[in-house]
Amino acid sequence: MEYKPIRKVVSGNYAAAYAVKHARVQVVAAYPITPQTSIIEKIAEFIANGETDIQYVPVESEHSAMAATIGASATGARAFTATAAQGLALMHEMLHWASGARLPIVMVDVNRAMAPPWSVWDDQTDSLAQRDTGWMQFYAENNQEVYDGVLMSYKIAETVNVPVMVVESAFILSHTYDVVEMIPQELVDEFLPPRKPLYTLTDFDNPVSVGALATPNDYYEFRYKLAKAHEDAKKVIKDVGKEFGERFGRDYSSMIETGYIDDADFVFMGMGSLMGTVKQAVDLLRDEGYRVGYAKVRWFRPFPKEELEAIAESVKGIAVLDRNFSFGQEGILFNEAKGALYNTGERPLMKDYIVGLGGRDFTVPDVKAIAENMKAIIEKGELDREVEWYHLKR
Amino acid sequence: MEIPESVKKRLTLPAEEHFYAGHTACQGCGASLGLRYVLKAYGRKTIVTIPACCSTIIAGAWPYSTLDANLFHTAFETTGAVISGIEAALKAMGYKVKGEDGVMVVGWAGDGGTADIGLQALSGFLERGHDAVYIMYDNEAYMNTGIQRSGSTPYGAWTTNTPGGKRHFLEKRHKKKVIDIVIAHEIPYAATASVAYPEDFIRKLKKAQKIPGPSFIQLFSPCPTGWRSPTDKSIEIARLAVQTAYFPLFEYENGKYRINMPSTKKEPKPIEEFLKYQGRFKYMTKEDIQILQEWVNHEWEKLQKLAATFG
Repeated sequence: MEYKPIRKVVSGNYAAAYAVKHARVQVVAAYPITPQTSIIEKIAEFIANGETDIQYVPVESEHSAMAATIGASATGARAFTATAAQGLALMHEMLHWASGARLPIVMVDVNRAMAPPWSVWDDQTDSLAQRDTGWMQFYAENNQEVYDGVLMSYKIAETVNVPVMVVESAFILSHTYDVVEMIPQELVDEFLPPRKPLYTLTDFDNPVSVGALATPNDYYEFRYKLAKAHEDAKKVIKDVGKEFGERFGRDYSSMIETGYIDDADFVFMGMGSLMGTVKQAVDLLRDEGYRVGYAKVRWFRPFPKEELEAIAESVKGIAVLDRNFSFGQEGILFNEAKGALYNTGERPLMKDYIVGLGGRDFTVPDVKAIAENMKAIIEKGELDREVEWYHLKR
Repeated sequence: MEIPESVKKRLTLPAEEHFYAGHTACQGCGASLGLRYVLKAYGRKTIVTIPACCSTIIAGAWPYSTLDANLFHTAFETTGAVISGIEAALKAMGYKVKGEDGVMVVGWAGDGGTADIGLQALSGFLERGHDAVYIMYDNEAYMNTGIQRSGSTPYGAWTTNTPGGKRHFLEKRHKKKVIDIVIAHEIPYAATASVAYPEDFIRKLKKAQKIPGPSFIQLFSPCPTGWRSPTDKSIEIARLAVQTAYFPLFEYENGKYRINMPSTKKEPKPIEEFLKYQGRFKYMTKEDIQILQEWVNHEWEKLQKLAATFG
């Protein structure tokens, strides 16, 4: 069957809901929270209209949302949930459980700032605070990537038996309508066949015990296997991203998407929707003669260390844009990137710009202002400061 | 060992065994008996979910399993949610759930994991109407962590974080009535049971299997380690809990209450009978015992009235 995309104008959240339907997810357990809610509302609508026969469990908390999703996935079903901010934080304990039990769950997290003060707007600290839970993390730049990300994530997760968090921005993506090219069901089915579980709870002649106590003599190896699965996932991510590109025209074979790297003095590096703004600004800056490029980190876990090293080799500076912060230290992507390069010998000048926290607008003029600052740093050959709270009212 | 047919005919419990010997429960453990009975009733076509509790350990460390049935270990507060997810997945995958030939989805959690930290997930499970059986084995404290009080610990009981001392004891609250909280959800079937009355327990498990929707059984399970009682007295203590009406056996089925034998037999024995073998109650004075007796009398009267009115 020839691929002819079905174009729909949908929000990022609806793009996620359509992807869930097209992925033939069998169980959805979820709890409402702004700005995630319209994902599960749309899925519930699909069920009410008879467009899907998903088993839907409207649970009483996010903790139970993840627990029920875990129960469903362990039983052998393809399972999904979605959340944001406080809800993700409430799930924290069970995120470890999902990865430890090696369950290929896919979840959408709509990046939202943590309270207090209350905020419902975009901020990456909620998902990045789950860094060490053993989940893979994919950051979508736009609604199309939300849709594609969910479909690819099931294939990747089910290959390495590690859960994936697909992350999109509050409102900027979740509630903003854009054209999304959807894939006819038959072709999604070819790309994403039914799940073949590592284990199930339904072989009644050969019962299993999952998650039993492991003594100090065994626990260590369980952890290593999960670490190895993340390492192995890098190749799987690239292969699946390449296959997706060959089938549907959008290539995801690199974990970091780059632009103008070859002749750039410095690049902007960041994740998620803000990189859409950066891409537009970079085009304008290049017209003005700036030797600048971009590096959009698609996968934060596993961390694309090797691809970052190749970028660091070819540029003099990296301006990291962190819509997040690790208190007592610095922006989280900045911290990760610096750490990844330490033993490689590639040490471009790196500066961390803290931008857009709690949904503060981050626009093309902001990118240009940062380019100005970064250009001066490169010319001088040294940093003015390492971390800058870019928007701060003075 | 093969049981001769002549013996089998006289057995009052199912002969089949899906709970292996060699498990790691303490001597005289009520919970291990209870789990054995559950598997006798439901057999292998069962998925058991166990949160953090004594049974986490009893079920065996990796790679061993005491259970001859599928077992999913989960976090403390999640039993109600996990069994909901398992049930939903089975339905999505085309399995028949509950009923004579259906897959049995069982949550097996302690009193701490049910009355306290797992109460929210339990409530969600009950209210959404999943086809599964939740069994709370009630040993009246957090025994696996070393005997700390739970909402289900009775008035006057010593625990390590509500100790008795020279001046007074700290556990001044009566036992939380989890079964009443469950019944407030108006589920089709809820019951109390005791390891001292296995035929009654298995009858209730079988009934829970037949009735669609969520079922709940609160199983009284003595713990010699935590109750400071002789290991050979567990069954006697459990029997006395019923005979003193401290833990009466009853069922709630489609809105109707029924008090079961032997709770129907005669006037309850005095509460001292239940307390006598248990070191955990040694700090109680005569006045304290009277306070507990009055609570038992009140709760027993309430249950009898419910059974008389909605029987």
